[in-house]
Amino acid sequence: MLEQLPLYQQLILTLAAMVLFTSFALLAQSRVIPMIRIFAWQGLIVAATTALVAYDSGKYDLYFSAILALLLKAMFVPWLLQRLVIRLGIDHDEHGAEHPVTVLMAGAALVIFCYYVAQPIEQFSSSITRNTIAISMSVVLLGVLMLVSRSKAVAEVVGFMSLENGLFFAAVAATHGMPMVVELGVAFDVLIAAVIFGVFFFHIRDSIQSLDVDQLNHLSEREE
Amino acid sequence: MMDWLLSLLELVVFVLLAPLFSAWVKRVKCWLQNRRSPSLLQPYRDLRRLFSKQVIMAEIASPVFRVTPYIIAGATLMAAAVVPFISVNLPTAAIADVIVLAGFFALARFFQALAGMDIGTAFGGMGSSREMTISALAEPAMLMAVFTLSMVASSTNLSIVIEHLMAQGLVLRPSLFFALLSLLLVGIAETGRIPVDNPATHLELTMIHEAMILEYSGRHLALIEWAVQLKLMIYAVLIANIFFPWGIATTDSMSAIAVGAGTLLVKLVLLGGVLAAGETLFAKMRLFRVSTFLVLALTLALIGLLSHIILEVG
Repeated sequence: MLEQLPLYQQLILTLAAMVLFTSFALLAQSRVIPMIRIFAWQGLIVAATTALVAYDSGKYDLYFSAILALLLKAMFVPWLLQRLVIRLGIDHDEHGAEHPVTVLMAGAALVIFCYYVAQPIEQFSSSITRNTIAISMSVVLLGVLMLVSRSKAVAEVVGFMSLENGLFFAAVAATHGMPMVVELGVAFDVLIAAVIFGVFFFHIRDSIQSLDVDQLNHLSEREE
Repeated sequence: MMDWLLSLLELVVFVLLAPLFSAWVKRVKCWLQNRRSPSLLQPYRDLRRLFSKQVIMAEIASPVFRVTPYIIAGATLMAAAVVPFISVNLPTAAIADVIVLAGFFALARFFQALAGMDIGTAFGGMGSSREMTISALAEPAMLMAVFTLSMVASSTNLSIVIEHLMAQGLVLRPSLFFALLSLLLVGIAETGRIPVDNPATHLELTMIHEAMILEYSGRHLALIEWAVQLKLMIYAVLIANIFFPWGIATTDSMSAIAVGAGTLLVKLVLLGGVLAAGETLFAKMRLFRVSTFLVLALTLALIGLLSHIILEVG
């Protein structure tokens, strides 16, 4: 029960809920600069949770993961994305989903689904963070939902990055982090992905004069 | 017997303080916007002026139009009695739970919408239609937030919920955090504050509440205005007492009640400041964006409910 836990473990659970909330905020947000800000906040909360889990479990290598998450997910990637958005001059465009209300409701349904799926897994674990497995799975699936529901490239990249946040969070919650080598590899991948996405934004815009990737579905430029 | 007297006394204080709370919110808003604010007693003067004025009514007004102000004022008064104010153990709070509270609000809103359509002016019908659209989304969000509370405390009675939360001390509950956010958004929508409706204007094409009461005058208008101020106060007290229950009187002794009144006053002053700051920071949104706003409130309440089930029970 929650009442019997020490305060910092309650804080872990509260932060986990905040991560879920930022995922929903990302789904609801239609302007691009606030979207990147929310993504940065999500990275910050994930980093803070990782540090708390490190304190809780006594595994000090998790502190490195926390610092890595802080530098990469809360600072570098948001900074890079924001710079790109301003250089592309799309910071005032609408980047929202077509039916925001339906998407939010679908998100809520996904959380329930994740809870249902994660329940058998949670019974094998006794750590305090076992309850957050469902939360991290939902963050992953909400990231996928964001990828599916948005048509602008920048919003899709933010969705992809938030999906990666969910995976990282799942690793921290379920097994107290991945092996350091894997974690460094993933972090490096994310870094490279962010840079390559940046290059691709310019390429996509050069070839179809827009960042609306739905237009890539058409074979010709003629309106049908 | 003493309980009931105390309860009645608190209700009278509640009703009398409601215009003062609105005036306080307005004053903070004026400070933030670098304007000179009206006196804190201005709402009382307005009410006195309206009560002494003659009632002018359209010839075609039906009895519904005539009784609606009394029904609204009565239902809001009953709603105020249900909410624990300075002390928790009120007999009036014990006999009704939070679903009854939502019911009183719904009753008042139903008659308000009927009266808006009664005269047959374009504005009235428009206002009624908008009000019903918003409330159809706000009410489930409010009930969902309330159910989160009831799941935490295993009761829908407000007194029991508050006592339960007080008894367990400081526990960080993600579910309550989300319920608080959701209830704040719902409260803003239901009391017609700024991102949803503008309480400061009378003639605007986007108005909701004012459109319905355009035809009212004299004491009828005074009752409705008072009920609006009371409703704002009810939401403020609800949020202050449920989520920050510290200081509320749990016994009937004089010292406990004095402490309860003092802390409640501080909480209301702070909450009014937060509301005014919010109204200054955000612009009124388009009517068609309101549904997204309220679905966000509903989603927040839903996350609260889910995080209680996922994180807190297992």
